[in-house]
Amino acid sequence: MAVAARKSKAPAQPKAAARPAKATPASSNIATFTREEDLHAYREMLLIRRFEEKAGQMYGMGLIGGFCHLYIGQEAVVIGMQMASKDGDQVITGYRDHGHMLACGMESRGVMAELTGRRGGYSRGKGGSMHMFSREKNFYGGHGIVGAQVSLGTGLAFADWYRGDNTVSMTYFGDGAANQGQVYESFNMAKLWKLPVVFVIENNRYAMGTAVNRASAQTDFSKRGVSFGIPGEQVDGMDVRAVREAGLRAIEHARSGKGPYILEMQTYRYRGHSMSDPAKYRSKDEVQRMREEHDPIEQVRARLVRDFKIGEDDLKAIDAKVREIVNDAAEFATHDPEPDPSELFTDILLEPAQG
Amino acid sequence: MAKMTMIEAIRSAMDVSMGRDDNVVVFGEDVGFFGGVFRCTHGLQQKYGVSRCFDAPISEAGIVGTAIGMAAYGLRPCIEIQFADYMYPAYDQIVSEAARLRYRSAGDFTCPLVIRMPTGGGIFGGQTHSQSPEALFTHVSGLKTIVPSNPYDAKGLLIAAIEDPDPVIFLEPKRLYNGPFDGHHDRPVTAWSKHELSEVPEGHYTVPLGKAVTRREGGAVTILAYGTMVHVALAAAEDTGIDAEIIDLRTLVPLDLEAIVTSVSKTGRCIVLHEATLTSGFGGELAALVQEHCFYHLEAPVMRVTGWDTPYPHAQEWDYFPGPARLGQALRDIMEAR
Repeated sequence: MAVAARKSKAPAQPKAAARPAKATPASSNIATFTREEDLHAYREMLLIRRFEEKAGQMYGMGLIGGFCHLYIGQEAVVIGMQMASKDGDQVITGYRDHGHMLACGMESRGVMAELTGRRGGYSRGKGGSMHMFSREKNFYGGHGIVGAQVSLGTGLAFADWYRGDNTVSMTYFGDGAANQGQVYESFNMAKLWKLPVVFVIENNRYAMGTAVNRASAQTDFSKRGVSFGIPGEQVDGMDVRAVREAGLRAIEHARSGKGPYILEMQTYRYRGHSMSDPAKYRSKDEVQRMREEHDPIEQVRARLVRDFKIGEDDLKAIDAKVREIVNDAAEFATHDPEPDPSELFTDILLEPAQG
Repeated sequence: MAKMTMIEAIRSAMDVSMGRDDNVVVFGEDVGFFGGVFRCTHGLQQKYGVSRCFDAPISEAGIVGTAIGMAAYGLRPCIEIQFADYMYPAYDQIVSEAARLRYRSAGDFTCPLVIRMPTGGGIFGGQTHSQSPEALFTHVSGLKTIVPSNPYDAKGLLIAAIEDPDPVIFLEPKRLYNGPFDGHHDRPVTAWSKHELSEVPEGHYTVPLGKAVTRREGGAVTILAYGTMVHVALAAAEDTGIDAEIIDLRTLVPLDLEAIVTSVSKTGRCIVLHEATLTSGFGGELAALVQEHCFYHLEAPVMRVTGWDTPYPHAQEWDYFPGPARLGQALRDIMEAR
């Protein structure tokens, strides 16, 4: 039988080789941060880290039900991009979304309370971890279906262009989502119509439990737009300065009317895909090496101490402040009441006006 | 015989089928190296190699589309869509290609394809990880749709599906993977090992498509159920003491109409039960069939007990879920109805 004869050949399964984060050539001479910029990046990234650690704990305690995809390890991506963006620029992402919300300035309380499914959550308990929004902060979700947000982000960019707002849509997705067909439909339309969108591909090297090279024929995601003529570059996504610099370039390109731009952020998630994932598809050494050699927060912390002579006490004060915010959010999310049963039936369609 | 959970029984069905037929291939997201997020394909890649059990990119339309091509050229793909909620990008391929290949080619080409999908709530996944989209498949001519309720049926039905000459949608209730969940979410979960239907032959056997089974005989009212809801129905009958006859449909298309008509003609009352939303749900089809075929036996209007017409909520899963309390109330109501 033809099939049996091919057993050893198709489909090719490359070895799950763990490659260390490639330091892009640019990272050696990227623009340095000022003291204030490094302090800002440190604070913001630490908030995400501590928030996610707390969410992980609360999940373990049974306070958070369902899904919870932690952003730990990837903090530099969204913070660097936010440092490159302007007010009014939109953010849209997939289900690993807590970090993006905090980076957009959404309140820790409201995010945590949505994780615990409470009244004070951003979606009043209707959405959960993967489905949250804030019009005020230009955060367009929080989407649980892999890759589905990429077309939406392209539509946001069309609206940016149509309304003449001079704003840019920052559309985030992962290396896994990059294999969805609608991503390429979006690339085509974005380029065809020269839409102001930056496609930020967060390549954390694992699409759920499958290593990049097991699922992707072209693992250089910056080249995924080549056939559409969309420029792209690989960025050291563990270095917040490299992210901001590339982000400035990409956003300027999009804002100036030249159309879409692709940034492949080479990053790494320390935790499993979700809370139920023991991450047995990679070695502990690999994770340990990333933590020790490439941690985005430790890089900034080291610079603060070395270049700006920030003392331990000052760093501890920042840490304490961040913990206070996170503990307050956890406290709120634990004691905020659950949604009223009637809430089940609201917000499905616009209610007819009463009387 | 061995004691199996639903997961083990499903895995065993694929194992047996792959062992018997080289044309059976298994793939999907995280299915190969990782063994599936619910572990249904664990160990199959080691046993059968990477050309017969392998990982696919996150590309549902592409996964289903390539599987249809494989099936048209003589293979028997048994593919996994990680959650039924992820099926929508592939829906065009399922409806326009898989379901229509035989008709379009006047029988020249066929599509012996099985698409496995975990369905229903149970893990607080909210709107994108909890839906029960069976009616979207039963509405499509050219597809068969199965929802097993226990390990024995799951294995026998899955083998039958893999051996079936046409495309089959195989919906696996997530709530049942590890135990016969009866809707009493405030009680400890019982394990499959304590349930008689976890006794599963290790080798080959089939459960025929289109055959319902009576899970509880009774004379007062017929409950039509499938998947998780079979266990909810058993619990509600127990809780209320109402002598319900519980029919486990097992396959929705083809449907065992004879079993339904026989039971409802005997009891004169019928409740249709499913976790999916009410409007245009499969329960509407069942209620219509009962009305057409049993009208002169009915002593009360056919009732539907289902999920509400809302998106699947995150925090309020138990307000949404039609558990034993809601069904129990319906049982009392239908017994009083005239």
